[in-house]
Amino acid sequence: MLKLRDGIVELYKKVATSLPPDVREAMESGCARETEGSHAFSTLAVQIENMKLARETVRPICQDTGVPTFWLKVPMGLSQIEMKNTIIEATRLATEKIPLRPNAVDILTDKNSGDNTGIGFPIIYMEETRESSLTIDLMLKGAGCENAGQTYKLPVEELHAQRDLNGVRKCVLDTVQKIQGRGCPPYIVGVGIGATKDQVARLAKEQLMRRLNDINKAAELAALETRILQEINELGIGPMGLGGRTTALGVKIGVNHRHPASYFVDVAVSCWATRRGRLIW
Amino acid sequence: MVKSLSLNVPLSPAAWRSLKAGDIVSLNGTIVTGRDRVHKYLVEQKPRKEDIPFDLNGAVLYHCGPVMKKTEEGYTAVAAGPTTSMRVEMYEAAVIREYGIRGIIGKGGMGTGTLEALQQTGSVYFQTVGGAAAYLADRIKKTLNVWKLDEFGPTEAMWLFEIEDFPVIVTMDSHGTNLHREIEKQSFERFSELIGSKQ
Repeated sequence: MLKLRDGIVELYKKVATSLPPDVREAMESGCARETEGSHAFSTLAVQIENMKLARETVRPICQDTGVPTFWLKVPMGLSQIEMKNTIIEATRLATEKIPLRPNAVDILTDKNSGDNTGIGFPIIYMEETRESSLTIDLMLKGAGCENAGQTYKLPVEELHAQRDLNGVRKCVLDTVQKIQGRGCPPYIVGVGIGATKDQVARLAKEQLMRRLNDINKAAELAALETRILQEINELGIGPMGLGGRTTALGVKIGVNHRHPASYFVDVAVSCWATRRGRLIW
Repeated sequence: MVKSLSLNVPLSPAAWRSLKAGDIVSLNGTIVTGRDRVHKYLVEQKPRKEDIPFDLNGAVLYHCGPVMKKTEEGYTAVAAGPTTSMRVEMYEAAVIREYGIRGIIGKGGMGTGTLEALQQTGSVYFQTVGGAAAYLADRIKKTLNVWKLDEFGPTEAMWLFEIEDFPVIVTMDSHGTNLHREIEKQSFERFSELIGSKQ
């Protein structure tokens, strides 16, 4: 497990210090759409410059390296307990080596564990796969945008949001309108729709792992993703909330079946520094 | 045009008042950091001024929880972007009034309590670029001192930094203008149309 541990430390390093190509491209084209000299333009220019600098000097893009979140596809026969232990060990090492900011705080004592491990920290989701290789996906996103997320239970009267996809659209716009620039836009927005609140929260976050150019298999949802993205950008909140055309880079929606009496919608917000990466072992 | 401000000598009240929302400013000199725990401590525990190893009167306070690296020469900031300012809204007006903080650097803007305190005391709120941690850390030239490192840890401690060409925008000034609120009002109009519109 030693080699896997080191592989996970490398994954941490790559994810913390460089953005995926699709996000980089979306930032560049956002900057090209803004008026030169505007706050939007200069903000995006600094963000793009920072992206390059972090990659070249192998430093965290953002000081908030978040709550590390892992999704594992584990081949049959491999021990999930071993996987978890290896990830925890790699997390301690990565925190010291890269370094990452220690973010795990004990609820009762308010003490920071100092190494990004603790109860339920990092977050690890595992499922078994019939494939022979192990797939490890990692996402790091800061608390500024994590705190921006919202869960809705449709219908919502004040938004005139019914239990349908139009109601979902209103929920997403409401989340962005409420958070304005506080979660570091341009945002990437993940939406989960389904039967229970625990399930939709996870589903929404999983959508943030999709590439920006990934097209939803359900045509109706693909159209909704495009429409909501356009409408968010019509709000004019802009990069860091100081006005502009680029408020979001992408909207991704995932659905589960729901209960006849329930229609939960979770909106997960990610800042422009959506750090994600994959290790295939 | 970018205004350059030197913080090494305390700025005059007139200089603070002359800053207007929308001004692009380059900051030079010393600043202190403070986020959730520092704010709570200052307001609830009310430490005496002599217990704080640096002078907060007239200082600029940066909402930042940096990634710090310990070397033989001391601590260096590796990544140091702003954190969301709104989380300390309930303490900020008291910090401004009681400790004489004149400039706040953060992201996302703050509420009416802080805006009132800025107006009364002739102080300003600067926004810097969220997520630009490496870029901004490079503008921190030196770590001069730290307070509450053992008790709060490196993220929550109060650091005294020397900065050079640190880029900020005045987004809340001492004349009652809050750019964040203005953008929010504008976006609310479009939001209302989009919510009310037929599918």
